[in-house]
Amino acid sequence: MTTYELIGNGIAAFLTLCIFSFLYKDNPFYKFAERLVAGVATGYFTMLLFWTNFQDKVWQPIFLNGEYHYIIPAILGIIMWTRFSKKYSWISRYSIAFYIGIGSGVSITVYLYTYLFKQLQATIATPLTFDVAGLNIFLVVIAVVSALVYFFFSMPHKGLFGAVSRFGIYIIMIGFGAGFGLTVMGRIALLVNRIIFLKGWLLELFGG
Amino acid sequence: MTFLEKLMQIDRRWIYLAIGLAVIIPTIWPFDVPVTVSPEVRKIYDFVDEMEAGEYLFVCIDYDPSSMAELNPMAIAIINQAFQKDLKLLFVTLSQFGPGLVEQITSGLAEDHNKVRGEDYIFLGYRPYPAIVIMAMGVDFRVPFPVDYYGTPLDEQPIMDGIKNFDDVKGVIEITSGSTADFWLIYGNGRYGFPLAIGITGVMSANFYQYLSSGQLFGIIPGVKGAAEYEKLVGYPGEGMAQMAYQVIAHTVIILFIIMSNVAYFATRKKRQQMGGGT
Repeated sequence: MTTYELIGNGIAAFLTLCIFSFLYKDNPFYKFAERLVAGVATGYFTMLLFWTNFQDKVWQPIFLNGEYHYIIPAILGIIMWTRFSKKYSWISRYSIAFYIGIGSGVSITVYLYTYLFKQLQATIATPLTFDVAGLNIFLVVIAVVSALVYFFFSMPHKGLFGAVSRFGIYIIMIGFGAGFGLTVMGRIALLVNRIIFLKGWLLELFGG
Repeated sequence: MTFLEKLMQIDRRWIYLAIGLAVIIPTIWPFDVPVTVSPEVRKIYDFVDEMEAGEYLFVCIDYDPSSMAELNPMAIAIINQAFQKDLKLLFVTLSQFGPGLVEQITSGLAEDHNKVRGEDYIFLGYRPYPAIVIMAMGVDFRVPFPVDYYGTPLDEQPIMDGIKNFDDVKGVIEITSGSTADFWLIYGNGRYGFPLAIGITGVMSANFYQYLSSGQLFGIIPGVKGAAEYEKLVGYPGEGMAQMAYQVIAHTVIILFIIMSNVAYFATRKKRQQMGGGT
């Protein structure tokens, strides 16, 4: 490891410890690291947007390549800024209307296809068989129906309907439990990554 | 106040300390944890493994440094496998903080495998608004990316000869920590129907398994555990497998805390009810 890398990793180690210090209580070191992240991220994103959006999609096509049809989306983008004026904010509605119109037209069909039709098809059209896969499908169907019953509020949740509804909430809780378990794994992974990094840096520093 | 009552009011910082000390144990006494490969991870490995040398694989790396710990190991394992098989790789990122990460990963691994940028792989770069970028790439990669990340026009690079859009790639693997997985599912698989697999953070995993059973995804790599499984399959033990020992220790401590707090809760419930302190 070069001296440059050692110093760079030393700064990273210091900032990691600054963030970890919040676990004890809020303190100036944590605040410094937190604000540094916010500042660097904002600066980075601003420049990235400038080069990947303004430079590539406005400046270069219109002013360098003479592709004047890019003026139309550029104007729509510019008039979005009128939202900051009380007097002229109504002009921005044209951009928003254009954006919502295009967005809705493109999204509605593919959203229905992806989230509804394909999911319904997978739930309904899969044949039940007398093996492990069949049991799995059976459980999926039972879980879907009972979870849907739990969210059906047009009937009182009593008797058989209430029992199915109660089973539905257990199914939902199992889903939450699985989600929580995986979340814990993810958070521990972040901690472990930093521990491995700190260990590596210390070993490099002290020649271990 | 009994021990159990004290336990119910323990300062959360003691729990942080316990977890912190627990994850230090494997750094002092390292040990291996057996990793069992799940079918959803194996399907992705098999998909890449069955591709012929020279075929195209599209890899989208949509995460930022906050998710590196979970997603870097799986990205590295997949790229190692693809480079080893001499596949042509197309990279893109739809995460605003992704470009630097992708550049670092791809250039480092390409050097390890003696791969040449523009011939064996290409990093298209970053564009905002994932849905629009995915749909535009479905028409032609050159629409959102006339030049690659380094400013070289796509048409001047041998890897792009005869390659137009998703019809020309064998499949797409999306590695993400955010909503771009949904965008790829809706505007990628839903709109263009190409084979799609995802590598995602543990937090997201439970929300995507239904797309596996419906066939909208052909595989999922869930969190760092999935990454460890993929590393085992590829034969490149990396941080994913290294993390497993830490995960076992940390999870054991958390489970012990959950058991202890439940025991304390139920043991002190009657007394609290008698005192009018609720359940």
